[in-house]
Amino acid sequence: MYLVQFLLLSSILFCIGVYGVLARRNAVLVLMSIELILNAVNINLIAFGAFNGAQIPAEVFALFIIAVAAAEVGVGLALVLTIYRNSKSIDLHQVDLLKG
Amino acid sequence: MITTVASMVSAPVLGAVVAQNVFFYLIAAVMVIAALRVVTTSNIVHAALYLVVVLAGVAAQFLLLGAEFVGVTQVLVYIGAVIVLFLFGIMLTRAKVGNEDGLDHDNVIPAILTAVLLVLVMGYAVVDFAGDEEIDVLGNSPTTVEQVSDSIFSTYIVAFEAISVLLLAALIGAIVVARKE
Repeated sequence: MYLVQFLLLSSILFCIGVYGVLARRNAVLVLMSIELILNAVNINLIAFGAFNGAQIPAEVFALFIIAVAAAEVGVGLALVLTIYRNSKSIDLHQVDLLKG
Repeated sequence: MITTVASMVSAPVLGAVVAQNVFFYLIAAVMVIAALRVVTTSNIVHAALYLVVVLAGVAAQFLLLGAEFVGVTQVLVYIGAVIVLFLFGIMLTRAKVGNEDGLDHDNVIPAILTAVLLVLVMGYAVVDFAGDEEIDVLGNSPTTVEQVSDSIFSTYIVAFEAISVLLLAALIGAIVVARKE
């Protein structure tokens, strides 16, 4: 297998995630797109680890990213719930309290 | 590291390499299609379920690259926990079951342009950088859980402690933020 296969797959996933973050206005769907981005990074890490023969550090860092992603989605969904409770909607267009 | 397929001697090895490539492209195609559905579907529950397909595909790619423990952790943490969390979030914010309007911005052209431009630039950079570098998965020594845990609890112990505190802070923070007054 070529390294470039994995790098291209992960860049495609990353860009699909970026599109989701930019184009979606439902907060939960934006969080899902962020998960896509984090997974793309993980594929990169593991592929480079296998390429360099440094598999162990790559796997450890991938595990750390998985843990951080879990923490991120927990806090993110708590914030979404609070937004929903305060404004009865998770449409990101309506979260505009900071706009004058 | 940079050996060509032709220079590998035995036929079984060549067969394994071909099988690896076939499975890579199969899984990659499924992943890309499912990821596109995640960001385009108008049913928010379907988006979560398509995300399961993508995450399972990522776990399969980890297995292909010989990172068994990370693959299993991916299934446990993502498909087991994160997706359930997402479904909870969907249910608690009372999303409509079924198709829903207004999940996208009114004008998605700039987002499409950004994503396409980004994939072109990144794709060019990646091909330019690693055009013909090979990953010799079969030549790598298999990694065991023992090695991974050894590394976490010796070399990366500081990072491990930091991530423990981060998880605790996230747990308490999520409860504090989401709790009713």
